Amino acid sequence: MSVAGPHPSWDLVADWEQLTAYPFMVQALEAGAIVAVMAGAIGWFMVLRRQTFAGHTLAMISFPGAAAATLAAIPIAFGYFGACGLGALALAAVGREGSGGRAGESAAIGTVQAFALGLGFLFVGLYGGQLAGLEALLFGTFLGITEGQVVTLLCIAVITLLVLAALARPLFYASVDGAVARAGGVPTRFLGVAFLLLLGMAVAATSEIVGALLVFALLVTPAATAQLITARPVRGLLLSVVFAFAVTWLGLGIAYFSPYPVGFWVTSLSFGLYVLTRLCPLSPRGRQRTEAPPAVA
Amino acid sequence: MTEAISLSGAAASRGGAPVWSGVDLGIARGEFVAVLGPNGAGKSTFLDVALGLLPLSAGGVSVLGATPRAARARIGYLPQRRSFDASTRVRGVDVVRLGLDGARWGLPLPAALSGSARAARAKVAEVVELVGASAYAERPIGSLSGGEQQRLLIGQALVRDPEMLLLDEPLDSLDLPNQAAVAALVQRICRTQGVTVVLVAHDVNPILGYLDRVVYFAGGHGVEGPPREVIRADVLSELYGSPIEVVETRSGRLIVVGTPDAGGHSGDCGGHDHAADERQAERPVAEREPAG
Repeated sequence: MSVAGPHPSWDLVADWEQLTAYPFMVQALEAGAIVAVMAGAIGWFMVLRRQTFAGHTLAMISFPGAAAATLAAIPIAFGYFGACGLGALALAAVGREGSGGRAGESAAIGTVQAFALGLGFLFVGLYGGQLAGLEALLFGTFLGITEGQVVTLLCIAVITLLVLAALARPLFYASVDGAVARAGGVPTRFLGVAFLLLLGMAVAATSEIVGALLVFALLVTPAATAQLITARPVRGLLLSVVFAFAVTWLGLGIAYFSPYPVGFWVTSLSFGLYVLTRLCPLSPRGRQRTEAPPAVA
Repeated sequence: MTEAISLSGAAASRGGAPVWSGVDLGIARGEFVAVLGPNGAGKSTFLDVALGLLPLSAGGVSVLGATPRAARARIGYLPQRRSFDASTRVRGVDVVRLGLDGARWGLPLPAALSGSARAARAKVAEVVELVGASAYAERPIGSLSGGEQQRLLIGQALVRDPEMLLLDEPLDSLDLPNQAAVAALVQRICRTQGVTVVLVAHDVNPILGYLDRVVYFAGGHGVEGPPREVIRADVLSELYGSPIEVVETRSGRLIVVGTPDAGGHSGDCGGHDHAADERQAERPVAEREPAG
């Protein structure tokens, strides 16, 4: 996936001109920006709600969806968004049953996840086991984005973010303080289902670009980093978006001039940012002792 | 003026099983009332009835002169809970603010642009000051102690200027000095703001000196009255239907002895059946009851 040929100079304007010389690169930058903003915002709520495991499961579900779409020769976006939408509803149903224990809920989600991966494997097998296609599904197709895909992504991102903006305050209430919110008339159950659907859309869009396995570089890491830095909700949300955006564009830029794939650079940059934040605390007061564990739904 | 809460011939059941029945009581406005009773006797059920979350199976209820549902907006409610864990990266002021407008749809406007946002911020600051939490309200709530969190949560329940506060075991999980401090705070709010306070408690002793009245649920019934007229051997014996003793220590603590479900020193209500204050200081809570 790397591009041989171009060499970086220290002249940023010249570098930018090199970067945008090819349409595939422009489309990658556009799609990356759209996905990063969406993933940064929704990821912040996901980390706040400790639904990282649900997000991970949705990413796993996106894989059989995409594989099935490839097999059926329909646009792959239908596979991603269809599977993630259905997956979100399934997770909402599972979560409703496990009213008491979170352990029971995460076990049920894990079961769904394993089954989804098995299905994906079957679809890839039925397709003839084309390995190049499999790698794209798992690790992304950053540099193969079409203009049509960019437009579709933009529409989905705008709708998703508008809905998120409308739900934001009660969703924040329900996430931080569920029992009081419910007693105060906030429809917490509705919000839970709605958020899973939004998360499904964000995961589907992100998977389509960075692949099912690297979704978390944009969905979790920027949000977790932002929450380490600030406890202020608005500031944290903005930081999360900025981080996701920065690692995506920087990753694309570096990958353009290097022999290594985009996914590697994006994940490494966001991981590096997270480690750096953990090591040098930017917020002087109330550093947290334990990080929200990724395996908790 | 109408009563804050009145029940007449009231009966409540959960999942078909009766919790209590034949309860008549009236809580006057501006009173500081504790709801006591052993685990599972229906203290939280009483709060659910008052909040309109659970309809009565018989009898009538009136809250602030209206039906519980209609009165809901005029009540500040603090549910029973465990504390926020250390990884909760949300500031105390944000939690208080949620009590004010957290249920409203959409995004809040920045205070620089909107007068109502500035008013909301001022209101939050006022309440934080009232509960004495100004020193730490800007810190992430997960990093605060149980007593500090509880003050902020009481602030959250107060931020809409309610006529009545319903607090479900707010002293649970606090150590003794903090129990007394929070009880004093609640009484001060009750007196200075004229807010009726109904507080579910596990142990009456830390709040005994502040109370106007107690409601005691046991044995499927409930009685009410001034603390020392209810927590008496004859009244409680009749309520439980078995002989109960109430002992008053020289320091004025009430100790209820012989409640049927009080095995050893597991937490029952209305006092502890062990007199060792030091031991109680070490273990302020013996066990937590499930809702209902």
